Amino acid sequence: MGLLSSVFKKNVSEAPQKPAAPAKAADVVQKVETTNKEVKPVVDKISVGYTHLSGCTGCTVALADNYGGLLTLLDRYVDLKYHLTLADVRHIQKVDVAIVEGSVCIQDKLAVEEIKETREKAAIVVALGGCACYGNITRFSRGGQQNQPAHESYLPIGDLIKVDVYIPGCAPTPQMIRNVCVMAYLLLKGTKEQKELATKFLTPLMNMAAKGTSACFCELMTEVINQGLCMGCGSCAAACPVRAITMEFGKPNGERDLCIKCGACYSQCPRGFFNTDVVSEYEAINEAIMAALQ
Amino acid sequence: MGAELGKYKQVVAARSADKEILKGAQDGGIVTSLFAYALDEGIIDGAIVAGSYEDDPNVESTASQNHHWRPKPVVVTTKAELLAARGTKYNISPNVSLIKEATRSYGLDKVGIVGTPCQMQAIRKGQLYPFGWRDVESSIALAVGIFCMENFPYQSILQLVEDHAAMKLESVKKMEIGKGKFWVYGKRGQVVQLPLKVTHKYEQPGCHVCMDYVANLADISTGSVGSPDGWSTVFVRSKIGDSVWAKAMAAGVFETQPIEKVKPGLELVSKLANEKITKNRNTLEARKTFGVGKGLRNPFI
Ligand code: SF4
Ligand code: SF4
Ligand code: SF4
Repeated sequence: MGLLSSVFKKNVSEAPQKPAAPAKAADVVQKVETTNKEVKPVVDKISVGYTHLSGCTGCTVALADNYGGLLTLLDRYVDLKYHLTLADVRHIQKVDVAIVEGSVCIQDKLAVEEIKETREKAAIVVALGGCACYGNITRFSRGGQQNQPAHESYLPIGDLIKVDVYIPGCAPTPQMIRNVCVMAYLLLKGTKEQKELATKFLTPLMNMAAKGTSACFCELMTEVINQGLCMGCGSCAAACPVRAITMEFGKPNGERDLCIKCGACYSQCPRGFFNTDVVSEYEAINEAIMAALQ
Repeated sequence: MGAELGKYKQVVAARSADKEILKGAQDGGIVTSLFAYALDEGIIDGAIVAGSYEDDPNVESTASQNHHWRPKPVVVTTKAELLAARGTKYNISPNVSLIKEATRSYGLDKVGIVGTPCQMQAIRKGQLYPFGWRDVESSIALAVGIFCMENFPYQSILQLVEDHAAMKLESVKKMEIGKGKFWVYGKRGQVVQLPLKVTHKYEQPGCHVCMDYVANLADISTGSVGSPDGWSTVFVRSKIGDSVWAKAMAAGVFETQPIEKVKPGLELVSKLANEKITKNRNTLEARKTFGVGKGLRNPFI
């Protein structure tokens, strides 16, 4: 919790405070809307940048797959300052939130400069997708590909800079990206209660960023089954994009050669993290997010 | 009675009004009737339930590992398929593993799912944090939770039935936990009861940190505890649950009685829920200092 709020205080102008009211997720939307009516919309948006490194653009496509929701996001909440494909501007600028897709090739000078500049110019850095978080499929690179055969070492961005929030998965889902965007907005521009909710929602994603830069099926063994926590729900198997996981006699069985190291399984696992107070409010939070994007 | 029962809009004792369903039902036939009704009305276009490996021709049956009573999550889209998958199997059916597949290979837009309280937690986490569950969140149309004290791995059931109760799994007609015993009913009429104490060491370890007895996060949750034989206790919890339950009641799918009027009633549900939560909270506490200066991980943050 300390992480984002301290960053917030340093780098982002303080949002107008609304009178205190009970912190109910259902109220959140109402407040979002009031806020919008009272202040000039553009001023109230958060500024977001999108740094595109060694990723397949699948994360961008997932973001775009919010369709109308993406337009609402851009309309009301997000001022997209730079993006390789979705904006006219590519050079990195000062923003509230920088989203990074892809890992960093350390033999590519430009990529290394860009990731450092991204960190220096952003209050919050979000690693979007398996490659930025964990290296994902780019971990398997040994170079030799045309037309840059010497580009062989790809690192998750957290190996070079400090990252605040992770969104694992390959590709991350449109819904997850949407939820994080709305929560990031509430964190930076919301009322006290909205900030509390957003902080609670984002905390597990911050913990993941703090935990490290490697992921694979193995976490289900080391962090769940080995810890006596697996209850055989099958969330992990449903999350795996490459069907590397099957459920055998109530426990996940990993075809480890298939695993691309995206981190979806362990992050999806309810025994990976389960923030009871947030998830118990699922109805109100879902409604709030949907209403925010109406 | 408070937090241990979760949030709910109403709680009743209920049973199916469908004689055919009731005949083969473990208790009040709530899950089968709800899904059958929801399928009929187009509230869901398929449901993930615990089917069986027994009917699966792809699974080889061998003498040592015969797969009788081994649950297999299946997607059903008709009442006949639903009826074929009935019966509590008392070992883990990873129903959530099909949650994305149901919307893909099966092409369902409105998915029903039945599961344990922990599976309801998985579903709700997946709706708020869909890391790998693309387009799943809004397709979950009805999540029905089953009361759950603990669960067993398949091999534990094998051990209990074949070793302790000295019956072949294939000759078992029905299993049941109730009145402090684990009951095994044979197809030829024999009944073996094991004290619950015997079963404890075979429980799934992951159940020992579980803090939910009555599926707090389901749309509707149900179980036999609290209601008389042949009836089930039903909690209606969410807006979705409320609307589906109201429609089903209006259509005469269920017979109900006020929970206050039945024996043993909500007190027993509450008592068991508290017992489970207290026991498992202690386990979580003990895990913190499991080693010397080192503990085990706590997933609940
Ligand atoms: S998601 Fe976690 S708890 Fe569920 S089956 Fe997989 S490893 Fe076990
Ligand atoms: S097992 Fe699947 S979900 Fe897990 S990290 Fe590997 S590829 Fe990703
Ligand atoms: S006791 Fe808890 S963890 Fe175990 S199966 Fe039941 S709901 Fe799941």
